[in-house]
Amino acid sequence: MIFKHDIVIVGAGLAGLRAAVECAGQADVAVVSKVLPTRSHSGAAQGGITASLGNEEEDHWEWHFFDTVKGSDYLGDQDAIEIMVRDAPRVIYELEHMGVPFNRTPDGKIAQRNFGGHTRDYGKKPVKRACYAADRTGRVILDTLYDQCLRHKIKFYSEHFLLSLIFEEERCVGAVIYDLASGKLHLLQVKALLLATGGCGKIYKTTSNGFASTGDGMALAFRSRIPLEDMEFVQFHPTGLFPLGILVSEAARGEGGVLRNGVGERFMERYAPTVKDLAARDVVSRAILTEIREGRGVGGEDYVHLDLTHLGGEKIGRRLWEVASFARTFLGIDPVVEPIPVQPTCHYIMGGIPTDVDGRVLRDEKGTIVPGLYAAGECACVSVHGANRLGCNSLLDLLVFGRRSGQAMRQEIANYGFSQPSEEHLKQTSRAIQDLLSRPEKERADSVRRDMQKVMMEYGSVFRNEEGLTKGIEEIRTLKERYQKVGVYNHQKAFNYELMEAIELGYQLDLAEVILESALHRRESRGAHWREDYPQRSDQEYLKHTLILRTPRGPEVRYKPVKVTRFQPEARVY
Amino acid sequence: MLVRLKIFRYDPEKDEKPYYQAYEVEADSMDRLLDCLNRIRWEQDPTFSFRMSCGHGVCGSDGMRINGICGLACQQLVRGFKGEVLIEPLPVFRVIKDLVVDLDPFFEKYSSIRPYLITKSSPPDTERRQSPEQHSQFEEALRCILCACCTASCPVNQNQETKDYVGPAALVRAFRYLFDSRDEGEEERINLLDQKQMVWGCQTLWKCTEVCPKEIPITNQIGQIKRRIYEKKHGR
Repeated sequence: MIFKHDIVIVGAGLAGLRAAVECAGQADVAVVSKVLPTRSHSGAAQGGITASLGNEEEDHWEWHFFDTVKGSDYLGDQDAIEIMVRDAPRVIYELEHMGVPFNRTPDGKIAQRNFGGHTRDYGKKPVKRACYAADRTGRVILDTLYDQCLRHKIKFYSEHFLLSLIFEEERCVGAVIYDLASGKLHLLQVKALLLATGGCGKIYKTTSNGFASTGDGMALAFRSRIPLEDMEFVQFHPTGLFPLGILVSEAARGEGGVLRNGVGERFMERYAPTVKDLAARDVVSRAILTEIREGRGVGGEDYVHLDLTHLGGEKIGRRLWEVASFARTFLGIDPVVEPIPVQPTCHYIMGGIPTDVDGRVLRDEKGTIVPGLYAAGECACVSVHGANRLGCNSLLDLLVFGRRSGQAMRQEIANYGFSQPSEEHLKQTSRAIQDLLSRPEKERADSVRRDMQKVMMEYGSVFRNEEGLTKGIEEIRTLKERYQKVGVYNHQKAFNYELMEAIELGYQLDLAEVILESALHRRESRGAHWREDYPQRSDQEYLKHTLILRTPRGPEVRYKPVKVTRFQPEARVY
Repeated sequence: MLVRLKIFRYDPEKDEKPYYQAYEVEADSMDRLLDCLNRIRWEQDPTFSFRMSCGHGVCGSDGMRINGICGLACQQLVRGFKGEVLIEPLPVFRVIKDLVVDLDPFFEKYSSIRPYLITKSSPPDTERRQSPEQHSQFEEALRCILCACCTASCPVNQNQETKDYVGPAALVRAFRYLFDSRDEGEEERINLLDQKQMVWGCQTLWKCTEVCPKEIPITNQIGQIKRRIYEKKHGR
């Protein structure tokens, strides 16, 4: 069937829902989500959302600005960062007015807590900047935004999966989606389309991400000859529950928790003398893995301890309830009396689809806009996080740029009429699916996916080098050849997850290659991208964003400048 | 360890009625039940369908009936099971395929209780004030992930004659807003909830509280709504 909407938003996470609310009542807007709304991975965010409200301690947007720039290892675009941090207080108050149930101070204001990399006075000491709701901040904000969507009666295509983007003369005019409940394909005709499809952590074996985080929007943009930006910057969150990789919020350290190695030492004192356990995530992840590599993991194993035993049952019960329940459920550990085993886990991708500060997708280093196409949230790269994202800045990013994208789309649809994308697009997609369903030699997607996840952990995670990256790229290319033989045994129409996952695997393999190629070309260390063979940061050669473009010869790497306004790059120590 | 499962299967395209299929899966001692189910569909039977997403009990996707009790497959470790594990879809809801049920009615009932903050006065420039004590009045209700285990376990919802009961999950959200000191819609909420199929459908059977994967004291909260209605109607 063919459906027409002024605006379609793909992804019902926080960026997508905020954009939807911004367009509600002003345009015919619909949200497409491959999971039921409220299941999106924004709901798994725990720690908080930052703004320089100064409710508990003195704070200023300039300090937040500096922390974010330094956190990004000077790769963030400072014009965009300034917009984000100056908008932050408004965002928080707007959320509170919508009903978000933040934790409160004794005098009834929104409470704030410490979080990694957020400091007072340009790096002097940690500052309480993260507004939070226990350790389920993402959950309550997502629920509140969903409730607002219900209030505005926004249309949802639930459990519909994005299969292709349709362009006519370089303008995005529609998309093909797949209805999981029936197996039917639908064509969407639009004036504007927002990609808010989140991250791709499931490319790695150990990740905090949910199963739906397979990078669909990023991969489809890449296949449409739109370059992806800064894909080598993949954040490993220091504290994933061992061995599952489930997120244990940085809030645990914000509330006073400390990391200890196998000999009980609070080792972050050595790696980050000033802020210790509250250093930026890339610094802490490398510290943990170095301790493990040097034989100081707990019991000689591949994990360290997160010690909350000095916080007391009341504080843990009030502010870290979810984290405590994970420790109990999955490990049988009560964090009030025992430390929690943790290891770095793939958590967030700083890179993504390049956009301007209003979510418009850019197709080259000159900033040429792709009409009709927008991107926001983790799948976009504005860039506000540069080479490393500070905790609690993602929820802020989603709301600031989700809203700005919504505003831009609302205003710009006046410039467009509906195109009539041909039904040929539907037929083409249908043929591709038929092909998957009827391959003669069939390898299962699962074994290719597991091998990909191992390759990425081995060669593309926290510590990288030339040899490993080169080998990794070769192995991913071999996997892509094996993928050509992956078939789908299940031919049922309803909820054919095998088919969906086989298609997702194609997206994931494209992104895996893109991540490793981008990493290979950046011969320096910056933020989350650490090269053992090039351990220094080199502003002279690499103070620039990576752009990687699909060409018939394979992925091609280009660069574009970083926007430096107020803060000149300095040495980054914590 | 070897895990034996008996799983409810149904494909509307080809099956006249549902049937149970036996599977055996090799599992690690720290595996979740979800890991076993995934292994079955990735390695043995790709036609087997069920919903899942976060894998750690925060998204609410993988609610199902496990050995007769509703819960989240990702929260149950296999080492907690002895003998064959019976896996069935959530009761109350129409089965679409295998363990995937139609949750549209669930979300419609949820929508029907006005699940958003109702305010009439203009907001201040900054935040509306709320004390930590006021916040803790409704904080436990914030844990809800709309997994539907409570509504599926409720004997009132399970009974054909009383299936129009709005259900515990919707009432948890109603409680959340009614007891949020910033909400200014008390009168309309009370009128809405003071109906036979709304709060008075609850027969205090406690099944919801027993199964809630987030340990929300649901029956207690529904009781608080009833008391608030009584207080408003009788001025006490």
